Amino acid sequence: MRKYYDEIARIAGNVVTVKAGGVGYDELAAVVSDRGTSLAQVIRLEGEYASLQIFAGTQGVSTRDKVRFLGHPMQMPFSEALLGRIFDGSGRPRDGRPEIDAAPIPIGSPAVNPVKRRRPDKMVATGIPMIDVFNSLVESQKLPIFSVAGEPYNELLARVGLQADADIIILGGIGLRHDDYLKFRKTFDDGGVLGRTIMFIHTAADPVVEGLLVPDLCLAVGEQFALQGRRVLALLTDMTAFADALKEIAIIMEQIPSNRGYPGDLYTQLARRYEKAVDLDGAGSMTVLACTTMPGDDVTHPVPDNTGYITEGQFYLRNGRIEPFGSLSRLKQQVNGKTRDDHRAIMNACIQLYALCRESREKRDMGFEMSAWDERLLRYGERFEARIMDLAVNIPLNEALDRCWAILAECFEPVEVGIRESIIAAHWPAAPRAG
Amino acid sequence: MTGRIVAVFGNLVIAESADRVVQNSIAYIARGDGAKLLCEVIRVRGRVADLQVFEETRGLRVGDAVEFRAEMLSATLGPGLLGQIYDGLQNPLPQLAEKAGFFLTPGTYLPGLDGARRWRWTPAVQAGAAVKAGETLGSVPENMFTHKIMVPFGLRGAYKVESVAPAGEYGVEDRIAVLAGDAEARVDVRMAQRWPVKRPLCIARRRLLPAEPLVTRIRIIDAMFPIVRGGTYCIPGPFGAGKTVLQQITSRHAEIDVVIVAACGERAGEVVETIREFPELVDPRTGRSLMERTIIICNTSAMPVAAREASVYTAATLGEYYRQMGLDVLLLADSTSRWAQAMRELSGRLEEIPGDEAFPAYLESRIAAFYERAGQVELPDGATASLTIGGTVSPAGGNFEEPVTQGTLKVVGAFHGLSRARSDARRYPAIDPLDSWSKYTGIMEPERAARMRALLRDGHEVRQMMTVVGEEGTSIDDFARMLKADFFDNVFLQQDAFDAVDAAVPARRQRFMFGKVEAVVDCDFGFQSKDEARKTMVAATDLFRNLNYAAEDGPDYAAILGRIDAFIAQKGRTQ
Ligand SMILES: Nc1ncnc2c1ncn2[C@@H]1O[C@H](COP(=O)(O)OP(=O)(O)OP(=O)(O)O)[C@@H](O)[C@H]1O
Ligand SMILES: [Mg+2]
Repeated sequence: MRKYYDEIARIAGNVVTVKAGGVGYDELAAVVSDRGTSLAQVIRLEGEYASLQIFAGTQGVSTRDKVRFLGHPMQMPFSEALLGRIFDGSGRPRDGRPEIDAAPIPIGSPAVNPVKRRRPDKMVATGIPMIDVFNSLVESQKLPIFSVAGEPYNELLARVGLQADADIIILGGIGLRHDDYLKFRKTFDDGGVLGRTIMFIHTAADPVVEGLLVPDLCLAVGEQFALQGRRVLALLTDMTAFADALKEIAIIMEQIPSNRGYPGDLYTQLARRYEKAVDLDGAGSMTVLACTTMPGDDVTHPVPDNTGYITEGQFYLRNGRIEPFGSLSRLKQQVNGKTRDDHRAIMNACIQLYALCRESREKRDMGFEMSAWDERLLRYGERFEARIMDLAVNIPLNEALDRCWAILAECFEPVEVGIRESIIAAHWPAAPRAG
Repeated sequence: MTGRIVAVFGNLVIAESADRVVQNSIAYIARGDGAKLLCEVIRVRGRVADLQVFEETRGLRVGDAVEFRAEMLSATLGPGLLGQIYDGLQNPLPQLAEKAGFFLTPGTYLPGLDGARRWRWTPAVQAGAAVKAGETLGSVPENMFTHKIMVPFGLRGAYKVESVAPAGEYGVEDRIAVLAGDAEARVDVRMAQRWPVKRPLCIARRRLLPAEPLVTRIRIIDAMFPIVRGGTYCIPGPFGAGKTVLQQITSRHAEIDVVIVAACGERAGEVVETIREFPELVDPRTGRSLMERTIIICNTSAMPVAAREASVYTAATLGEYYRQMGLDVLLLADSTSRWAQAMRELSGRLEEIPGDEAFPAYLESRIAAFYERAGQVELPDGATASLTIGGTVSPAGGNFEEPVTQGTLKVVGAFHGLSRARSDARRYPAIDPLDSWSKYTGIMEPERAARMRALLRDGHEVRQMMTVVGEEGTSIDDFARMLKADFFDNVFLQQDAFDAVDAAVPARRQRFMFGKVEAVVDCDFGFQSKDEARKTMVAATDLFRNLNYAAEDGPDYAAILGRIDAFIAQKGRTQ
């Protein structure tokens, strides 16, 4: 039997300090109060005192309560029985079914040795031209959707999740609205993938700090499956809520904030999670797609900013469309050289022309005369938006490339599109339909 | 010397010791399960020492034993460094993987050099010779280089060679010479020696003013914002603007002897690309694999933060070591901001008084000291050698008005600022030609580069004006000048990193192209209408782009060049 400690010296925010010896850093504890038992983790040791972060918050915790140390860091039972199950932010079943009876795995394992990583090289077809043509998604990529409240980012996440053809889908909800949770469940159910989905759901109604564990739980479980050779897709939404929980703890611990209240180690904390995305040499893989909502639609906000520096690109979702500017898949060149020989040329040309189109629009909006060239760009922009950018478009890559050629041929002469001659010769549509 | 843990907070451990503890010495913490975790003493207050632990501190307890060592955090220097893939503390990652599998388990350390490997030793001195620190005792062949085995750098004063091993095969830990000092002291010299990474290693007659261009084969750098052997430069830019790609192509194509890639707190996947590609790529200059001239120091963002701080110093030390041998070395650090953040995290835990954005007050002096390790030197034997340092900077929000960028700009010789606007428009490399600068002279005469910079500025101004007065309010001359600036940008500044030919352009071809571009810019086209001007410049751009993609010995090259010359002759009622 483990010993109970009852000398709680300080309670502040979600952190309690208790007098206890022989405690390990990062170790878990159970805090037993009138409200029941809640999980806590050691975040500082100082002489005889241990500071604990309580995941359910300290509301109602009193200095008379008891703390029992569990002798191990955070862990999660792991077996095939996890498939189809739904858990809360502390890893307890939230689907009314019994606990998983299996040997536990630790949460928050060390980094994978870089030499044990494979070079990612498998394209994930999504049927969305703005992804497949312009910013191909690659198995084992880590990639967030940057968006703002009101945009259909969770729908996009679920749609990609369904089309990605993964062995196992793991959904981590942090501060998720209950409606969204139900929507995810319905989408996965309708898509027939619920049986190979695992969910860790922390909702907006749960204590904020409890959301902190969600990414780690998802990624630890996903990593185990990847080690067994499975192709895992982890979906995390919303990572801004995760960062805000980190901020809360940092403030209570009186850490000096680096930027808008966020702790200086925000980059490291986020990186440790995102870097779990991996293609293991001789085993499986884990792809991580996340949502990062941008407070005030500002990418320079510390959360999207640090995220952008960590992930392998980002999809900007704005006005219901994936924006071509700013959106980026950094792994696209690993796969788009092996698709069709015109893929890269189309990718570059269409975006450069679309950028010029936006300039012409600005000119037009300021009331300037439109040259013949401007007119052509405007025509191109409209067609490109309607036939390629619209999220409702759901076509395979090759069809999307052909469609891009058709639009180019409708609007421009071959020398104007900035594509080298050999590729023009092979792909320029023979008889462009009159525009 | 031993002590006990009294507090643990993140990667900071506070220990008490009855003995004297030396600042910056290393220590090992004995974790409950027997693992020994490496750490460094970063502050001493009486009997209390603050330690930064180079591992996750999970599972440490108050009371755990700490064993202090006399040595400072050091790198092992000797033959066999080239081609290695190390973590920030010089543990060889492939060997760690053999030992520990998929994960980097805390407390697993391996020697930086393989003791079993044999090297063909040729002595260069005889018994009785007088020698000093850094002088050559002999050599072994390492890949395409003659790896000099030098008198240990830490020795003070004059020594006499007492004995030297005969030519033959030896391992790095075998004794290859015995030196005798003034006093009774005898020094056994092995091929491998240790050097504390945070202390600059530079034994030289004098430092030279760096002036030899370091050709990267990237046009915008070599012609417009050059770097030189022994110089320093930085690449700040918002996320996704192309810092890492720029460094990757530089690490491949730069005309330099040794490249050290320090992946500091960035993505593991990016290092994997280099690890997997370099052994396959042949360096046309030597005919050998690129990996043979490269050392990778890799402490990626998920690896322990304190080791990230150490990694740039480890990289600098290895670079200085090869410079001592008479080679030209290029160190590419990506990203120095992560290194600065590691300092910030620690400084916060130490409760030091924070400066701007919570960075420690000594941030600038640390940055300056790091870049100061670069330099071209005249070695004791009269040879010249250099260490060039290029670092990326990842400013928060992409705003250069922040402490790391500003601290770096004060000390470097060239600034390649990447712009979001250019990378969004896929104008790669996204070095902003209006903001960037270099204090060095590259492969082009400064006046010619300056003329093109003026053209770019004019083009930019015309474009700005045009947003106010519209195209109709712009004179045809101004309009043509803007198009010429765009032309120069499109066909010379921009370069396709993923095209076999365009990715790397030798200095000779760059100069040739620059001349052709000048010829077009100097044409007085006498445009009658803006549409005509646009059409003409679009055609010129198309021709030059196609030339950029054509191999000089390929089938199309001569034909395209012919068309370009005809274009210039026909349009060029040269001014
Ligand atoms: N020279 C280039 N040619 C073509 N594409 C490029 C070039 N440079 C960058 N890119 C594109 O931009 C992406 C991002 O580049 P890179 O990874 O170098 O950015 P970064 O500045 O290092 O970003 P971060 O700060 O987040 O690490 C690349 O994956 C590639 O798709
Ligand atoms: Mg980068």
